[in-house]
Amino acid sequence: MGFYLAQLLTGLANASSLFLIASGLSIIFGVTRIVNFAHGSFYMVGAYLAYSLVTWLDGGILGFWFSIVLAALLVGVIGLVVELIILRRIYHAPELFQLVATFGVVLIVQDATLAIWGAEDLLGPRAPGLDSAVRILGEPIPEYDLALIAIGPAVLLAIWLVFHRTRWGVLVRAATQDREMVGALGVNQAWLFSATFILGSFLAGLGGALQIPREAVSLQMDLSIIGEAFVVTVIGGMGSVSGAFIAAVLISVLNAFAILIFPQISIVLPFVVMAVVLIVRPYGIFGRPGSEHGGTEDPDQPLRLLSGKGAMMLAAAVMALALSPVFVADFTMILLVDVMVATLFAVSLHFMMGVGGMVSFGHAAYFGVGAYAAAMAVKLLGLGMIPAMLLAPFGAALAALFFGWFCVRLSGVYLAMLTLAAAQILWGVTFQWQDVTGGDDGILGVWPAAWASSDRVYFYIAFALCIGGIWALRRAAHSPFGYVLRGVRDSRIRAEAIGVDTRFHQWMGFTVAGAFAGLAGVVFAFSKGSVFPDALGIAQSIDGLIMVLLGGIHALAGPILGAAAFVLIEDWVTRLDYWRVIFGGIILVIVLLAPDGIAGGVNRLMRLLRRDAA
Amino acid sequence: MSAVLAVDALAKSFGGVHAVDDVSFSLDKGEFLALIGPNGAGKTTCFNMLNGYLKPDGGSVKLNGRELIGLPPRRIWRLGVGRTFQITATFLSMTVRENVQMALISHHRRIYDLFSRATRLYVDEAMALLDLVSMSEQAERPCSELAYGDLKRLELAIALAHEPDLLLMDEPTAGMAPSERIALMALTAGIVEKRGVSVVFTEHDMDVVFAHAHRILVLNRGQLIAEGTGDQIRKNPLVQEVYLGGGSVFEGAGHA
Repeated sequence: MGFYLAQLLTGLANASSLFLIASGLSIIFGVTRIVNFAHGSFYMVGAYLAYSLVTWLDGGILGFWFSIVLAALLVGVIGLVVELIILRRIYHAPELFQLVATFGVVLIVQDATLAIWGAEDLLGPRAPGLDSAVRILGEPIPEYDLALIAIGPAVLLAIWLVFHRTRWGVLVRAATQDREMVGALGVNQAWLFSATFILGSFLAGLGGALQIPREAVSLQMDLSIIGEAFVVTVIGGMGSVSGAFIAAVLISVLNAFAILIFPQISIVLPFVVMAVVLIVRPYGIFGRPGSEHGGTEDPDQPLRLLSGKGAMMLAAAVMALALSPVFVADFTMILLVDVMVATLFAVSLHFMMGVGGMVSFGHAAYFGVGAYAAAMAVKLLGLGMIPAMLLAPFGAALAALFFGWFCVRLSGVYLAMLTLAAAQILWGVTFQWQDVTGGDDGILGVWPAAWASSDRVYFYIAFALCIGGIWALRRAAHSPFGYVLRGVRDSRIRAEAIGVDTRFHQWMGFTVAGAFAGLAGVVFAFSKGSVFPDALGIAQSIDGLIMVLLGGIHALAGPILGAAAFVLIEDWVTRLDYWRVIFGGIILVIVLLAPDGIAGGVNRLMRLLRRDAA
Repeated sequence: MSAVLAVDALAKSFGGVHAVDDVSFSLDKGEFLALIGPNGAGKTTCFNMLNGYLKPDGGSVKLNGRELIGLPPRRIWRLGVGRTFQITATFLSMTVRENVQMALISHHRRIYDLFSRATRLYVDEAMALLDLVSMSEQAERPCSELAYGDLKRLELAIALAHEPDLLLMDEPTAGMAPSERIALMALTAGIVEKRGVSVVFTEHDMDVVFAHAHRILVLNRGQLIAEGTGDQIRKNPLVQEVYLGGGSVFEGAGHA
């Protein structure tokens, strides 16, 4: 009995920390509609600041708590700076832009933290006065855990009082329901958004600061918490603080008991719970329809078929690529294979996002499934390269068929979150299922057949599959299927009114995109000779999003330009120290200065030239 | 003449409110029927049950003898019911012509074609339809650039693409300038006559209703309170009382 109680109390203590970070995320989303990836960074910085302050002040009980609060306040100030410099400029952009911009902040904060505090994990001091354990029913319970269990509800109560007893709180709640109306009533939105951001960052910083007696402060804190924080926010309903609290308790307590039965489950459990909740309640426990969309986009321009001149230029580029092995060195050929893989991946993501209007935060899932399916076909089934290459995209298509069925029931941010959940579940499975997937060690020795083992021959295999895939997807975008998919994105009600089964159509679009991502994964697996769980990771998904955005989401050529630029920049930048700062900076520059990406920039340039010529 | 549409004892409640209560009517081929009533009378509810967006609590809707209740909107469309929306719904990222082509592609059951080029399919048919609503000159313009009145005409072309037996028009002239309203409805009436399509439309503008409707149904609080030609409706004391309210509005409408 005592053991289970201890387990429950541990779960509740975890729930409190999770609630602090998730509530901030939820408040920020509710008011500003920003999906703040940098929230994990605020949490991490909170922990680092608290560590420094506590060790520096070394002032007993009072000093400890003063340091915690001061650290959280400083994080609030950092949040304000981020809001003023970056986010204020992109409130009216689609949520994808904001997500990618905040990811740029993540990269910059990572390197800044590395520069200030170093790469070593830091072991924080215990909380003075709460540094021992009490025995409850014979089980030792850390006193600090009990303090945390009290702090969570106390903060919830404080937020509730602020939201219900102050004018500012009422405005925050009103903006969460309908921010246009709040603006129309003459409320200063800029001020409201800044204040909200300070509060949200403060809560994240507080969550991080309170962690220092419980876990080592490390550079991995940001991305390890953000997934779970998203899940809690989505389960609770985006914008709902009490929802976040209930979701945090639900997940943490379930987790505390589930690991007793099945220790490996902790990685996937939150995402499974989220998937179940979203299917039953598409807007989370306390969420409402309509609280999901960011800024509205201008409608896309109609698609144009290639003109004669354009077709000739494209043919020339493809020819140049095809002939490149004659001219370039072997390592350049390997780089070109990377470019082609990334391009097919980006084009498949664009097919789903740009054409289908379904933003995916977890497209890497199907890339990874394709790669793993190929690797396992070779290693477990003993198939040759060609059969494995033919089979594996169907594996990815099946995975997309399965998860897509759930995802297309939702829309907007919720759909994106569910794709993230799907990717994390698959990632967790590959990570944990040691016997079949090799777990963290991956699958090694997935080399091409002997006749294809030279870099040159493999280049042509990759060329055929990737360029073929890109061509097929472009063709699909111009086909009736692709047009209808775009139609569903433009106006679901009109699509339904001309006889389209909109959900089914999106489901099929999702599957097509997944299959081609899988094809990219196949080419990737054989070019590297190995597969690791990273192939399905969040970072890979984000890379895809950045490529699409970098190239410009409104043009079919966008992902092609974006992927090429991305791989080349990455290849150059990752050789440098502190490459994350540079990369994050590039991302921010693009989002802030060229929101229509490279393709949009080229278009504007062409128009300018034409006007000058005329 | 056989009835194209037969509505029998249609009913829908929201909570305790009888939004539509035992409504029955029928529609002949080529007939232009107006459904009018004050705000909250149940017009839109009635409409949404006809086109499948709302499931009624009871009653039946038959198109050429075939039951429509329980079918999703897309199936009802396939059986030959076209519709236009109160607030226009079109594909803004496509050209005007492509919008019509989409309806044609769906009508010819080619929406799962992954290979053809959509913009080259059924071009002539699409242009003929655009001609019908005098929109062929704007065929290549992006739909997002159109003026509202043109969007309404485009919707009409889309709705006619699959040669429907029945056209449902929910407040076809809402949000338009008075002169445009008359023009749009005259256009619609002409097409209806030429093609033998039957139309049910709801409308607030009495000028439009009395000018074009062959027959008028009046709803109030979910119930059908009157039915007849323009003249009959004008003279109906019940309608005057619950709907038109006072003599002045009624007189004005009569002279228009």
